[in-house]
Amino acid sequence: MVVETLPPLMVALPLLTATVLAAAGRVLPRLVIDAVSLLTCLLVFAGSVALLVATGSRRVVSWLGGYSPEHGVSVGVVFVVDRVGAGLAALVAVLVTAALTYTWRYFEEVESYFHALILLFLVGMVGFVLTGDLFNAFVFFELMGAVAYALTGYKIEEAKPLQGALNFAVINSLGAYCALLGIGLVYGRTGELGFAQVQRALAGHHTDWLVLLAATLVFTGFLVKGAAVPFHFWLADAHAVAPSPVCVLFSGVMVELGIYGVARTASTAFSSALPAERFRPVLMVAGVLTAVIGAVMCQAQSHLKRLLAFSTVGHVGVFLVALGAFEPAAVGGLVVYVLGHAAVKGALFLCTGILLNTRGSVDEAQLHGRGRDLPLTRVCFLAGGLALAALPPFGTGLGETLSEEGLSHAGFSWPSALFVGVSALTGGAVLRAGMRVFVGMGIPPSIQGETSVQGEISVHGETRGVDENRETEGAVRSVPATMLAPVVALLAGGLALGLLPGLAASAQDAAQQLLDSAGYAAAALDGIRAVPPPTPGAETWSLSGLLFDMVSTLLALLIAVTAVYSDRLPRLLRGIVHAVRLPLGALRSTHSGHLGDYVAWLLVGVTLLAIGIAVS
Amino acid sequence: MSVLPYLVAGWLFLVGCHGLVTSRNLVHAVACLTVTQSATYVLLLAVGFRAGATAPVFSDIPVGTRVVDPVVQALTLTDIVVSATITAVLLALTIQIHKRHGTVNPDELRALRD
Repeated sequence: MVVETLPPLMVALPLLTATVLAAAGRVLPRLVIDAVSLLTCLLVFAGSVALLVATGSRRVVSWLGGYSPEHGVSVGVVFVVDRVGAGLAALVAVLVTAALTYTWRYFEEVESYFHALILLFLVGMVGFVLTGDLFNAFVFFELMGAVAYALTGYKIEEAKPLQGALNFAVINSLGAYCALLGIGLVYGRTGELGFAQVQRALAGHHTDWLVLLAATLVFTGFLVKGAAVPFHFWLADAHAVAPSPVCVLFSGVMVELGIYGVARTASTAFSSALPAERFRPVLMVAGVLTAVIGAVMCQAQSHLKRLLAFSTVGHVGVFLVALGAFEPAAVGGLVVYVLGHAAVKGALFLCTGILLNTRGSVDEAQLHGRGRDLPLTRVCFLAGGLALAALPPFGTGLGETLSEEGLSHAGFSWPSALFVGVSALTGGAVLRAGMRVFVGMGIPPSIQGETSVQGEISVHGETRGVDENRETEGAVRSVPATMLAPVVALLAGGLALGLLPGLAASAQDAAQQLLDSAGYAAAALDGIRAVPPPTPGAETWSLSGLLFDMVSTLLALLIAVTAVYSDRLPRLLRGIVHAVRLPLGALRSTHSGHLGDYVAWLLVGVTLLAIGIAVS
Repeated sequence: MSVLPYLVAGWLFLVGCHGLVTSRNLVHAVACLTVTQSATYVLLLAVGFRAGATAPVFSDIPVGTRVVDPVVQALTLTDIVVSATITAVLLALTIQIHKRHGTVNPDELRALRD
């Protein structure tokens, strides 16, 4: 029964450590602060591994304060852990460990507040994936948010992080308030807050506009965090300015938790009132839009962090499409894809951080050829680009293949083209930047910019990464091992994910648990916790999947080489490229960095979401 | 049960959003955000309201007295704590923005245009 004590402990322990570090950080030596926070992370990781093992045979349910249900009724608050929850907790712990290791030398002047904030971030994310209660989910969600805003604006002496943090904070808070309004409506209708209790209580009512509105509002909160179009505007601004180790957590897992929130509430709380098929069209349409806009905007960036941020938007679109099927095979692929993406994107952000530290810039044009003498970073960055383009056997490639096959079994074959396109465009953009920065290919572009009032160099008004302050005290001469090790470890992890023999089957079981609403409610309320035995023989790599992955990798290389040598293209082709760029300008101008615009887009999104859920 | 509190909640949310969209001053924008959050307080309290009921404190009233729902009150209290935190963070950011950008007008913040 000891496993049942783990979920509350995995929240309480880092919370306690964070408070101690915030209070006593000034008198503690840096080494102690680093060691204590790393140890806490590792303990949380150990806890999530124990939960992963336990969830192979049953869901882990712990009622806080011993308020176990009698005859399916309880007034208590519950943690319900299944395989997806445990897996996401493990992912959170791994990424936080990587970020903290990287920070060891990266942020030399960093104060203990940074560690305390990172640990609080860990608390918010772990709590969010383990809880079985709508309001607790909201509280953890807000904790995650508040800490993320503070971490984004951590470099409080600079202009850009402040604006990025402000946009991020206002938009995400608005999203969270929408979610809370939805939760209030759910409570008003059912008198319950637990996922399982709400599900059972809603089963007795007919589905009316109130439930639709509640679902719309709750999903809005999660989709804002999940950066679905048109809620995605905050993401690039926040990622562009947050410290690189924090970006790893944002792109690697925080954004994905928004999608997890949609999946969890759709398959538990709202499942009895609104069958998952109701959400399919709206999720798939939002997914396609998000994927296309993210991938296209990614191509247009020269600020490396914004480039990676928009690639995350593109992948989020792919995740939404894969979730939209609500089929175990596709969602299993999605689970693998999320893990692979987190590893690869994390490594890429850390590589960008190394560039910022050693070269003082994250601008593709300004850095042209200046990464040539960073041999290991070069290999990692280019490998990351290939992995993002779904090169087998990286976990991203496996995830893409599995979701494509799951979707086509469910009768959706069109997403394959979309997935290949997103991988090719985002991977191509990273490879293009890598070829220019680390290999010095192509003609070095000249930066013609005018200096604005704040001394920012702006080229046609767009955000460039040319005038960034280093995140360390002075330039780092050689890249320390504590900065390279997490990069290499994350990439190796991304590679291992594609090669682990049991991963695909395990992910499919996890997806099955996630989508099994009756099983979830029975585990939480009736004490029937056993899960179905593992499905034998889930396939991993298939020939067609390998083919798709190879196609996207080759396309990415082609896109990258074309972009690098665009000056050598025949005039006709250049004309075509130029014509394509015209509508792109209109799209780019919507990403204005203006708070009011983003709020307006959010309201448009809520309206469209409501219409989408209501008419389907 | 009157429908008025729900209309008020909806109105507060929308009027707060309107303020955010048209705001010319970040302090005003932060205040507008708390106005939208007030919508959640009103909604939650409206959900738990019962006509003729008293406060859910059983120290000086007999058990079985008609009381309003204490759960939503606890939720609202948590919500207020969240609001205080977020408002503090945002106002701190606004002060720093004033120092670094020399303005608190969102229309004049141009560091993050694409």
